[in-house]
This record gives sequence, structure tokens and C-alpha cells, in this order.
Amino acid sequence: MGDHHHGPAKGLSRWLFTTNHKDIGTMYLWFSFAMFILGGAFAMIIRAELFQPGMQLVEPAFFNQMTTLHGLVMVFGAIMPSFVGLANWMIPMMIGAPDMALPRMNNWSFWILPPAFLILASTLFMEGGAPAFGWTFYAPLSTTYAPPSVTFFIFSIHVLGMSSIMGAINIIATVMNMRAPGMTYMKMPLFVWTWLITAFLLVAVMPVLAGAVTMMLMDIHFGTSFFSAAGGGDPVLFQHVFWFFGHPEVYIIILPAFGVVSQIIPTFARKPLFGYDSMVYATASIAFLSFIVWAHHMYTVGMPVAGELFFMYATMLIAVPTGVKVFNWVTTMWRGAMTFETPMLFCMGFLVLFTIGGFTGLMLSIAPADFQYHDSYFVVAHFHYVMVAGAVFSMSAAVYYWLPKWCGKMYSETMGKTHFWISFIGFNITFFPQHFVGLAGMPRRIPDYALQFADFNMMSSIGAFIYGASQILFLYNVIATIVSGKPTDKEKVWEGAEGLEWTVATPAPYHTFERPPAVR
Amino acid sequence: MTTQSSAEYEKYYVPEKSKLAVCATLGLVTSTFGAANVMNDMTFGDGTTGSSWGIFLVGLFIFSATLFGWFRMAIKENLAGLNSAQLKKSYVLGMFWFIFSEVMFFLAFFGALFYVRNLVGPWLSGEGDGGRMNHLLWEGFQYAWPMPQTPQEAVGGVANQPIANMGTFQSYEKSMAFSDAAAWYLWLPLWNTIILLSSSVTVHIAHLGLLNGNKSKFNLWLGITVVLGMVFVGLQALEYYEAYAHFGLTLNSGIYGSTFFMLTGFHGFHVLMGMTMLLIQWLRSVRAGHFTADDHFGFEASSWYWHFVDVVWVFLFLFVYIL
Repeated sequence: MGDHHHGPAKGLSRWLFTTNHKDIGTMYLWFSFAMFILGGAFAMIIRAELFQPGMQLVEPAFFNQMTTLHGLVMVFGAIMPSFVGLANWMIPMMIGAPDMALPRMNNWSFWILPPAFLILASTLFMEGGAPAFGWTFYAPLSTTYAPPSVTFFIFSIHVLGMSSIMGAINIIATVMNMRAPGMTYMKMPLFVWTWLITAFLLVAVMPVLAGAVTMMLMDIHFGTSFFSAAGGGDPVLFQHVFWFFGHPEVYIIILPAFGVVSQIIPTFARKPLFGYDSMVYATASIAFLSFIVWAHHMYTVGMPVAGELFFMYATMLIAVPTGVKVFNWVTTMWRGAMTFETPMLFCMGFLVLFTIGGFTGLMLSIAPADFQYHDSYFVVAHFHYVMVAGAVFSMSAAVYYWLPKWCGKMYSETMGKTHFWISFIGFNITFFPQHFVGLAGMPRRIPDYALQFADFNMMSSIGAFIYGASQILFLYNVIATIVSGKPTDKEKVWEGAEGLEWTVATPAPYHTFERPPAVR
Repeated sequence: MTTQSSAEYEKYYVPEKSKLAVCATLGLVTSTFGAANVMNDMTFGDGTTGSSWGIFLVGLFIFSATLFGWFRMAIKENLAGLNSAQLKKSYVLGMFWFIFSEVMFFLAFFGALFYVRNLVGPWLSGEGDGGRMNHLLWEGFQYAWPMPQTPQEAVGGVANQPIANMGTFQSYEKSMAFSDAAAWYLWLPLWNTIILLSSSVTVHIAHLGLLNGNKSKFNLWLGITVVLGMVFVGLQALEYYEAYAHFGLTLNSGIYGSTFFMLTGFHGFHVLMGMTMLLIQWLRSVRAGHFTADDHFGFEASSWYWHFVDVVWVFLFLFVYIL
């Protein structure tokens, strides 16, 4: 035990009992990748069934279980934990801290995740099957008509909600309390800023989700009437409570992605980020607005017109700060000395495709138009442009960008670029046609469809298989880098990179800043 | 926000590797798995819940024991002088944002209450934008709060439609609202309000005593606070007994019973937690002589929590009992 301050412990206990932010970040990242593969496998089943019209491979009930679990696993298991892992690794290094503020709780918030997902995945083998009511679990599908496994689903949501809240509290305490002397708020890297704001969102809305599933639990087992009109409640109440959580949740997913892109683009444009202050204010504005737009997910449910109008205008307002961000990213590149390494390529992909997803979001925000688009494949296309081309692309960019710093090895640029182009093309083949079938009237979450949608669906499925395969290449590339990548000990792996994480040795030492660094 | 300069650098205590997190996980997951099994046995099974209770209780024991050990370790580290001023601030921030997350949890239930009372009720009785379906589904339903009759009872009797996966509606004879002005002193919620508000004052007096270094004053007033908390929980239990035994008001009494029991129930549970926290601080002070005028965050955090449950009660008293 004598030299525990200088390096990690050996064996399994290093990972089980660790309090080190880098170990915990690594576990978060690997866990989220495992969930990404699992959720991706569910998606492949969905796309295989939809390859042709008619029922070929799976039963409709099982198909519904797949759409449900695909959404839940991707949102709560893949995307959110991946950014928490990134926060764990990078925030202490970026603000000059020795570790996260509350290291033991940090380990706890990771370790309750895998069992929570084990419980969720085990519902597949329970009597009555896994939850089949969609990742949004609307009542009464999720209460009166739910399979018994819904109870396990509810408790797994509780547990992973606890994990998110503890992770968020840790990040807030770290950012507010652990910055090195001189690291004022307005000098923080933008990734830290976006995560601080994300953490506020998490602490504010994860408890509301806990409230929603608790009401479900009571309705199912203890005879309350929250979501039953017969007892004086209202199924629409569920949608309000859920989306009060669910809309900020969208920004919980995308704000850290904004942070990543804001770190990478300046590096490869070799220019400081354009409009740093306005980026911070735009992020905060988006977070604030996210609390007052939730009902734009429910235009067709039968709201008073005043409500429809309020939520429509408030939603459109979000385009302003988002526009500020896109403008700043583009302007950062203006007359920059640009190079296009893999992280930058993924950021370019992010910029173009996320903007498309933003525009379709703007279309969906128009209440009368949404009556046509609602619950169609247009919505599916929209949120995959935001979730996959937004969050997942920026996550891939982040991995390529910081992997050399993490493990002291360079990844293969050829393989990285191949991964990008296959993902980019596969992604667009998958989701671009879904705009068309959606506008033509194909509803989401169905195992079979009318014949006129056949061609576009086949394209979608082929694209999905290509995109899925490209992630295997990603996995291979990361492992190959760690095992046999070209060693590098340059502190500044990228010549244009700025920030404290590039001032420490490569690979980053187990304990980064024993004493706070000087911040200019 | 004071940031320390390098000159006054204090080492931030990063604990060595620890088994606490994994043990707490084991306890938490075992107990939730057990709890889910208990409920499914109840609702979907044959009603025998014995072994599931066993799993739940074993998990709960592991969880509680781990948390006990965890807090014990944190206290010992502080007594050993390992905690820098900066680390203490991390604990302060952690507690503050934890309480904030609790506030948001209650907000979900208060939000449900407001939504039901101001929008759903009138809609179900045929008023406004949402009232179009009234003549098809709930013709004759009259909305009032407390809701004397659920829509289902209005159209077809209580037994017609099951609630979610079990049970039938049960109409109540008497609500918890203030009803008899002549006998106001018999109205339990009023006494509960007086007790809980006083306990916020007594915990503050205890804090003042501690800040002046007067430990006997601290012990006395903190003890009084804990006793007041116990009385409150006891009276709440009495109220629930009354509701079930004499008022016919249960969880199955439609949305009024649902919101009443969930809001007061979660509040009561939080009072129980806060009271336990304060009791532990009292034991620490009396038995082990912990806390000094300038180092008593364990107590301060518990008292914040206590003020928080107090504020929640004020809103409960207003919106659940009075208005």
C-alpha cells in the first residue's frame, strides 16, 4: 500500500474499489460503449424486421420490446454515461483539480449503473416479456396494460436516476469548488461550462422522473388514480410530468456534445473559439428555455389553444441561442489554418447533421404542422439526427481527440477517417429517407408498413447495417490503439490545442495535479 | 467564492480505494430487486410475498449498514483532521444540491396536484377545452375538491372499473379538509403545523447555543427538536389510522386520496429521515462529545434538511389541508 499515491492498484480491486476519477471515467466509457453495442443490437433487430413489409423475423410484441429497450438503453445507458465518463476524465484535468470533489460517491454513482441495466435487460426473460410501451412509457400503456416486468423497469429507472443525480452533484461540487487559483468561471473551458449547466439540469429533472415512475408504481400496485380518469386523474398528467423531465433530458444529452465540439474546432482551426462569452450565455439560455417547452411533445394530445401557442413560441425561441452556437463554430473556422484529422471530421459531421436535426426540430415546433408530423417517422429521423449525428458523433470525436492523452498512443488516422466516412454515409442512408416516409405518413413504432414505404425502408435498413458495422471498426480501432498504437509522449498531442489537460505528461499520470497549476 | 492562492495551499484529501461503494451498491440493488418482487407477488402473483420480503430486508440491512459505516468513516476522517477547508466546502455543496433535488421531487407531486385541481377536475365535469368528452364518458360527474365522488362512481358505481391492476374505488365519508370551525382545536393538521414549525425554531436555538460554545444548551434544544419530530410522526400515523379506520379515506379513494397520501406520505417519510439524522447528531454530541462552535457540519446539514421538510409542510398545509 506504500506507493498507492503514485499508481493504480493491481487486479480487479483497482476497478471495484477505486476513487480515482480517471479509473471511474474509464469504466463509464467502457460501460457506455457496451450499452451502445447492446442498444445497437436492438436497433439491428428493428431494422431487420423493417427491411421488407410484412412480418418476417419477430412477433409484433417483441418488436415493441425492441423499440422500447433500444430507446432506454441508448438514452440512459449509452449516451448519458458516456458523457459522464468524459466529464470524469476531463473536468479535473481541465480545471486543475487533483480529482473529483467527492471521489467515493463518484465510484458509487458508477457502480449502481451496471446492475440497474442488468435488471432492465433481465425483463426480456420475464413472464409477459420486457416493457413494450416505448421509451416514453406513456400511461395507461405503462400502468393498466403493462406487463409485470414494469415493476423492475420502474426500479431500474429509480436506481439509474440516483446514479445521475449523484454524478451531477459531484460535477457541480467539483466545478464550483475545485478550480485551480486563477481559473475563474469565465476562463473555464467550454466543455466544463456545458457540463456544469448540464449537471444543474440533471439535479433539477431526474427527481421529477423519479416522481413520475413512483406515481406509476402506486397506480399499478397500490390503487391510486394519478393516471386514471375514472378516479379523477388523467393519463395526460403522465405526459406532462414525463416531458417536464424529458425535454431538459434532451439538452442533458446534447449540451456536453456542444462542449466537446467547442473544444475541438478551435484546435484544428488553430484559432481561439469565436465568441466565448456568447457561447456560455447561449448554453445557459438553452438550459433555461428547456424548462418551459416540454408540451411541444404533446401538441396532438388535446391542449388548450393558449397552451399550444405558448409552447410553440417558446420552442422556436430555442433556435436563437442554438443559432448563436452554430454561428460561432462556423466563425471560429473562418480564415483558420484548418486541418481535418478524425476528431475534426466528426465535428464537421456534427455541425452539418446536427443543424439539419435542428431545422427539422424547428419544423416540428410549429403546432399546426406537427399535427401532420406527430408520431411519424419524420420525428424518428429528427431525433436521430440530433442524438446520433449530434451526441454520438461528438462522442466519437471526443474519443479520438483525447485518446492519445489517455493512453499515450496514437490511433491510426486512416482507420479513424474510414470510421468517420462509413458512419457518415451509413447514418445518412439510414435516417435521411425516414424524413420522406414520415412525411408520407408512416407511423413510428410499427413492425409492418404499407407497400409504398418499402423502398425507403430497405434503404434505411441497409444504411443501419453499414452504420452498425462501422461501430465495430470503432471498437477495433480503439483497442488496437491501446494495445499497439504508436507511442507518443508529446504533452500537446495536437499542435493547436489549448488548455490545462495539454500541459500534463502523456499519457496523463494517475494523479494529475497534486498541487494546483498556475493559470494565466 | 474564495479561491485559495498557492501560498495557502492545503492538500485536498482524496480517499484511498474503498469498498463502501460496492457494498452500498450490493445493498441497494438487492433491496430494490426484493421490493419489486414483493410488489409483483402482491399484484400479479398468488399473494405470497415471504421470500421476496427476505431479499428486500437483507438488501436493506446491507445498505443501511454500509451507509452507517460510510458516515462513520467520513466523521472519523474529519476528526483526524484530514479534511481541508476546501473539502468541507465540497460537503456543503453536496448537501445543498441534494436538498435541491429533493425539492424537485416534491415539485412533481405538487405539480400533479395543481394540474388535477385546476385543469383535470373541471375538464372531467365538462368545462372548458378538455370537457368535450364528458357526455360520452362521465356524464353527471360534478367536480369539487376534495372530490367526494370519482367520475367512475358518478356513472357506474364503485365496483365497475378496476384500478390499474388491482382493487376497486372506495369512496370516503370524510376528507382531511378543515370542516368544523367550532372544534378547530381538534383538527390534527393544525397541531402538526404548530409542532413542526416550533421544531424549526428549537433546532435554530440549538444551533445558536452551539455557535456560542454552549454544549448543554445545544444538547437540550436538539433533544427537544427530536422529540417534537417524533410527536409529529406519531400524530401523522394517528391521522392515517383515522383516515383508514373512520373516514374511509384510502389510496383507493380516487385522485384526492392519491394526492393526499402521496404528498403527506413522502413528507412524513422525509420527516422520519430528518429526525433520524438529528437523533444521530444528538447521540454524537451527548455520547461522544462531537461538534465544536466552528466545526459541526454534520449537525448543520441535518438542520438544513429539517428546515427543508418544514418548508414542504407549510406548502402541504396550505394546498392539501386548507385551500
